[in-house]
Amino acid sequence: MTNALPLWEVFVRAKNGLAHKHVGSVHAADPRMALEAARDVYTRRMEGVSLWVLPSASIIASDPGESPSLFDPAEDKIYRHPTFYIVPDNIKHI
Amino acid sequence: MYTVSLSPETDLHIVAADDTQRNAVFEAKVADDQFIEPKDWMPDAYRKTLIRQISQHAHSEIVGMLPEGNWLTRAPSLRRKAILLAKIQDECGHGLYLYSAAETLGISRDDMTEALHQGRAKYSTIFNYPTLTWADMGAIGWLVDGAAILNQVPLQRTSYGPYARAMVRICKEESFHQRQGYESMMVLAQGTEGQRRMAQDALNRWWWPSLMMFGPPDDQSPNSAQSMRWRIKRDSNDALRQKFVDVTVPQAQALGLTIPDPDLKWNETRNAYDYGAIDWAEFHAVVRGEGPVAKERLAARIDAWESNAWVRDAALAHEAKRSQRKAA
Repeated sequence: MTNALPLWEVFVRAKNGLAHKHVGSVHAADPRMALEAARDVYTRRMEGVSLWVLPSASIIASDPGESPSLFDPAEDKIYRHPTFYIVPDNIKHI
Repeated sequence: MYTVSLSPETDLHIVAADDTQRNAVFEAKVADDQFIEPKDWMPDAYRKTLIRQISQHAHSEIVGMLPEGNWLTRAPSLRRKAILLAKIQDECGHGLYLYSAAETLGISRDDMTEALHQGRAKYSTIFNYPTLTWADMGAIGWLVDGAAILNQVPLQRTSYGPYARAMVRICKEESFHQRQGYESMMVLAQGTEGQRRMAQDALNRWWWPSLMMFGPPDDQSPNSAQSMRWRIKRDSNDALRQKFVDVTVPQAQALGLTIPDPDLKWNETRNAYDYGAIDWAEFHAVVRGEGPVAKERLAARIDAWESNAWVRDAALAHEAKRSQRKAA
């Protein structure tokens, strides 16, 4: 079992106007085989109008262990949200 | 399709001392119904339990293509043939979604395939029964996929994210499987006397194996409690089995068919059907690999894997040459 087919991540655009969304993965020897497998596995019921596949190994992911340092700083910056600001009720269109 | 975790688990309670803190965070997350994702820390036993359960589930989908493939060339009409082909393709797709989910836990699909072929991994006992007549295609869709749906719906909320997402896709597709099966049974049940007998015979043979699909009774299912605490499993075997009996009996009555259980009767006080004793000796024998067509099923899988090895090798060789040429 040394000759394993590489893993590819599959993204489907459900319809024009929407972004491609990750749906899962497939094994394939080359890009074309990956596209064909993705079509068979993930779009049997008109789930999409466009497919992306890319080698899983090429994805660079953040480490959950670093989540606090990456994402926590946003927690105390509520002034970035419009609801932080008090505007009198009689002021419209703002 | 579906399988329950069938292997003994002895390693469930071992957590290394230095992991106590991380384990507490993990347990709190799970208890709070949050999802665990691939790169999150998880106890080894949780990982192992998931690999075992998801791979068994995936193997069941793949082996489950065999009993139905048996009738593909003999479907009674083009309509039925197209439907059966679509259903078998779905089973393959379900197997692939599940292998992908298991792979996020750090095992390769080829390792899982090897475990199946070497007899180290199990699949659902239901597929070790033969499909003797065309009516079995209807009965499998109605009963086997019906039982699978009851098992799978709660798994959409299972604690491991990739498994839960695979289950959402699978559940969406599974409902067609059950409905086409019931419709097929309906045609037979309303057909000639011979067709009606064939439908009844299929129900007779598939009823008890379908009840066994929910796994051993709760008091003989030692790992269930831990799996429930980890939210890998969300309902007990017996609770799901009772639900299956309660929803299926009226469906059989509507077909004019008889459930092959003389002890089956409505219990007013429980507001549920009482049903007869399940032959657990048969279940355990099938789990041990003594099912009527167990050897045939595994041999078919191994043959498919080995006789198609040259295709995988050729595809890889072609890609190696192509990327070399591109680099040059």
